[in-house]
Amino acid sequence: MTAPNSTAGIFPLDKAGLLQAYRTMKTIRDFEERLHADFAKGDIPGFVHLYAGEEAAGTGIMMHLEDKDRIASTHRGHGHCIAKGVDPKGMMAEIYGKVSGSCRGKGGSMHIADLSKGMMGANGILGAGAPLVCGAALAAKYRGDGGVAISFVGDGASNQGTFLESLNLAAVWNLPAIFVVENNGYAESTSRDYAVAVDSFVDRAAGFGLPGVTVDGLDFFAVYEAAGEIIKRAREGGGPALLECKMVRMYGHFEGDQQTYRAKGELDDIRANKDCLKLFSERVVEAGVIPRSELDAIDREVGRQIEDAVAFAKAAPLPTAADLTTDVYVNY
Amino acid sequence: MARKISMRQAINEALDQEMARDPSVIVMGEDIVGGAGGMGEIDAWGGVLGVTKGLNAKHPGKLLDTPLSESAYIGSAIGAAACGMRPVAELMFLDFMGVCFDQIFNQAAKFRYMFGGKAETPVVIRAMVGAGFRAAAQHSQMLTPLFTHIPGLKVVCPSNAYDAKGLLIQSIRDNDPVIFCEHKNLYGVEADVPAESYAIPFGEANIVRDGKHATIITYGMMVQRALDAAAALAKQGIECEVVDLRTLSPIDWDTIIDSAERTGHVVCVDEAHPRCSIAADVSAMITQECFKALKGPIQMVTAPHTPVPFSPTLEDLYIPSADAIAKAVKKSMGK
Repeated sequence: MTAPNSTAGIFPLDKAGLLQAYRTMKTIRDFEERLHADFAKGDIPGFVHLYAGEEAAGTGIMMHLEDKDRIASTHRGHGHCIAKGVDPKGMMAEIYGKVSGSCRGKGGSMHIADLSKGMMGANGILGAGAPLVCGAALAAKYRGDGGVAISFVGDGASNQGTFLESLNLAAVWNLPAIFVVENNGYAESTSRDYAVAVDSFVDRAAGFGLPGVTVDGLDFFAVYEAAGEIIKRAREGGGPALLECKMVRMYGHFEGDQQTYRAKGELDDIRANKDCLKLFSERVVEAGVIPRSELDAIDREVGRQIEDAVAFAKAAPLPTAADLTTDVYVNY
Repeated sequence: MARKISMRQAINEALDQEMARDPSVIVMGEDIVGGAGGMGEIDAWGGVLGVTKGLNAKHPGKLLDTPLSESAYIGSAIGAAACGMRPVAELMFLDFMGVCFDQIFNQAAKFRYMFGGKAETPVVIRAMVGAGFRAAAQHSQMLTPLFTHIPGLKVVCPSNAYDAKGLLIQSIRDNDPVIFCEHKNLYGVEADVPAESYAIPFGEANIVRDGKHATIITYGMMVQRALDAAAALAKQGIECEVVDLRTLSPIDWDTIIDSAERTGHVVCVDEAHPRCSIAADVSAMITQECFKALKGPIQMVTAPHTPVPFSPTLEDLYIPSADAIAKAVKKSMGK
């Protein structure tokens, strides 16, 4: 007989795992929604690229990782950071340019990193993370600790030479490296269908001798299961692979983007029918595994956490002139 | 114990000793072993000019031949450095940095700063520099100024075998990314080099000849040309001090300014193009810091603002000569 609230046979995670997945996705969503609102008010300096709508992918992959596993993210990196365990307070303070930020206010939204969590940085250069991940995977191979390294690129940056060269190098060296293509349909404003000459990223992987798989990136469970297999294989010395997650972007390329390149009604359709967070909660609630009230309780906790992060960021001290010239070299 | 060995051997010895000392040191690059995957000899090349020859047998598994993918493997070396390794990546010719520059100047150079001081990138990128090899426009450039311009990078360019060994060992042990520039025309030049391991600190110029009348400031292959010029001038009663910068970033401003103040006549020699060169940079700093000590205008002797030509006749004209340096010294002295 199945115990109450058992997930056996329904989901690949136990209840605690499902709650953790939901909490991570909800934290990312609220973090990004809050940035969207505060950016519009003029509180946030610089460029901000939001991960809202893509949470299932980053979370489904990162739940298989430990701190020793490295990831290299993109310009749209907040979600990867949170899912990899970077402290949202430090992140928020970083985005506000404060000295208490993850990178002491010197990196900003596009360069948040926390190497202690295996997060090698968001990156302002598209496709630049892929070679770095080959290096991280090489280091893991030398250490022999079963660590893996994951490079995230969008469908746009998948056209970069750095990415394509890295697929080859990872295959040649049989590295524990995984290349995730987050295909949200747009490279900035340019459609994936215009800019990518092949129909499938899996075909691209095959061209470099890598196995590849395409999943519905809106479906947390599909991502979780596919990523699990690929990561396990890499840990056991099976080599690199590519994972394409088909997903949607709920906001523009950057905040302030009017998104006139989208079809009429496209964003409404995304909100109504392609919201990965909504899809996740409906599934776990309808399966009778998690009562809605428990998700609501997480919503309230996450809401408070994001509120605290913003308050922390706003109250945090600004860098001083002395900070301008530190951290350039080991000794300046 | 010192023996006479070539700069090629000195670099090989530095890599050998550092790999033996520290298991996190790995070496990668195109054909650095040579013959990978083939049916013939392994270690067929040991690098395109044989600098890494023999290391593979001594350090199995630590030398990685790479595909011809500079972005991927230079980036890989940088990524591995950020994850606890100490990779030495050979870019073969520094001219090739055009295909992987993003990984060097947007990634490696900026990690420490962008990440608030929480990242270390102890990577060394070795590459051949300089003209005189009849290798034409894309295999002969002295691109040291490009790298020196970038905060976060350290730039080294030894003039002899002794410095090459000590500076490479320091580069490998240093916790910042280092661009290690090896002048291809110096590989065969021998010097007294101790067999034991030693490191030469960065930012310490070497006064390779004392003199009271004028100062010649340079680096790399131009050091020997400056010494040749100084020897010729000495016969005419002009004693030149020759300063070998050894590292361009960091740079030893104290020694530069001190020498300029003592002699009052300065010639800056650079195998790079004139605009935004090391020579221009040093000239500007001397003018700013000790203008009143100068007894004449600073002179610059550089390559012309042209690509490196192929024809041996043209290339010989392209490279700054000892004669041009001697003339510049006299001009700085109003002679």
